[in-house]
Amino acid sequence: MPKAAKVCVFLLCLIPFAWLATRTLTGRLGINPVEDLELTTGIWALRFLVLTLAVTPVRRLTGWNRLIQYRRMLGLFTFFYACVHFAIYIGIDQFFAWDFIIKDVVKRPFITMGFTAFVLMIPLALTSTKGWIRRLGRKWQLLHRLIYISGVCAAIHYLWKVKVMIGSPVYYAAGIALLLAFRAVWLVRTSKLLKTQHVTV
Amino acid sequence: MLLKKNPDVPFSEITDERLYLRRREFMRLAGGAAMAAAAAPLIACSDEPVAALGPAEGMFGAPNLPLTGYKEKAVTVDEKLNTFEEITGYNNFYEFGTEKDDPKRYSGTLKTSPWTIKIDGLCNKPADYHIDDLIKPIQLEERIYRLRCVEAWSMVIPWIGVPLSKVIERAEPTSKATFVQFTTLLRPTQMPGQADAVLEWPYVEGLRLDEAKHPLTILAVGLYGKTLLQQNGAPIRLVVPWKYGFKGIKSIVRIRFVDKQPQTSWVLQNPDWYGFYSNVNPDVNPVRWNQARERRIGTLLPRATVMFNGYGDQVASMYAGMDLRRNY
Repeated sequence: MPKAAKVCVFLLCLIPFAWLATRTLTGRLGINPVEDLELTTGIWALRFLVLTLAVTPVRRLTGWNRLIQYRRMLGLFTFFYACVHFAIYIGIDQFFAWDFIIKDVVKRPFITMGFTAFVLMIPLALTSTKGWIRRLGRKWQLLHRLIYISGVCAAIHYLWKVKVMIGSPVYYAAGIALLLAFRAVWLVRTSKLLKTQHVTV
Repeated sequence: MLLKKNPDVPFSEITDERLYLRRREFMRLAGGAAMAAAAAPLIACSDEPVAALGPAEGMFGAPNLPLTGYKEKAVTVDEKLNTFEEITGYNNFYEFGTEKDDPKRYSGTLKTSPWTIKIDGLCNKPADYHIDDLIKPIQLEERIYRLRCVEAWSMVIPWIGVPLSKVIERAEPTSKATFVQFTTLLRPTQMPGQADAVLEWPYVEGLRLDEAKHPLTILAVGLYGKTLLQQNGAPIRLVVPWKYGFKGIKSIVRIRFVDKQPQTSWVLQNPDWYGFYSNVNPDVNPVRWNQARERRIGTLLPRATVMFNGYGDQVASMYAGMDLRRNY
């Protein structure tokens, strides 16, 4: 049963990619196809990032602990869409003009942010296997907190990309901020709780 | 280069389908326009007797009507034209929203007829013109220009319009006038994007007087043989082909002669990203933009951007001695 559910979720996560591939192959992208590809994959990376970050808060609020089984898959799909996004930028948008790409990463703050968000995800994807989780032990959790920084960078990447900060970039930034704020509040509350327990015990 | 094949029936004999479907509205508008014409002297803003507001409701106010009698390819480029669908479906016109397809989707509500343009400031003949009275006395020309957007995409567009210089001549700017300021319509009820404070409304733009009088600078009223659609800035917009697209202010209601460099909307919004001149320049890259290359809509790979968008031979002399890195 859980296995079948996992396969279902996996296939669901692939739908945006399949749909984009269909649109690409049938010539149904927008008037600026490269921009369409870039924007669509970027937005899906952000959506999966939000979903990944939402797992823990939802678990804590609802007690629906089985959600944790899907966190790795959601995280890896975030990385997957970010990879496609990055590849389109490198291979089509910039057409492998490395001098331009390096200038972009160094000089354009919104690209610096996007690049950082992406690079920070690489070690997380690499250490997502059972073997690495075991080997790293307690350090694994610490390492995987990098997703918070990656999330902040991704939100800023989108905010700084647009000419005026309105609409969807603002909503994504607000969503990510909310999910991170939840953790901060939770941390403060539980540490207070621990302290009071100490005193009373 | 063939623009399009002529249909067997001349354009002038075809009743536009849209117009036919809206014939009752048309009659109503025509009635209203006749009354407006009668009231014309009341609107004129100067003491001068103005030949301006004549019989209203002509061809230029309404979008998507066939235009005739224009000089074909008065200025052209040897490059493939972008399609009508591309030109009318991929627009930056924040008065209708910030997405590229918003203008096409939401600009249908904008009524461009009747349309009056105020010409005032430091000139001898200020007046409020009905658009037809402003444009009809001047020979229409087709100008096939490259358009380079600050967002690093570009198109080739067959505009139809008149040289701005002809309009300026008629207004007789005084010797004090050194700049021209342009203003877009402010009408939030029909321009839904104006409900959001993404820019200070109304949109304003400006040119130095010599730039405004340059023969390449036009007021466009049409493209591809028809009057402009709302998403392209109907009924009248500026086109300055050697500058980034946002200088081409749309749906103009006011042209004002001034003696100081006027405020412009994008500079007001973000002075780090935009400058007053905004000449296409592959070597000047304010923090957000890499302007060295561009993507021509309809092609896949980026191409090099050319100084002054390829119009350097005609316009570079206007900037002789200026530091274009500073005055971007």
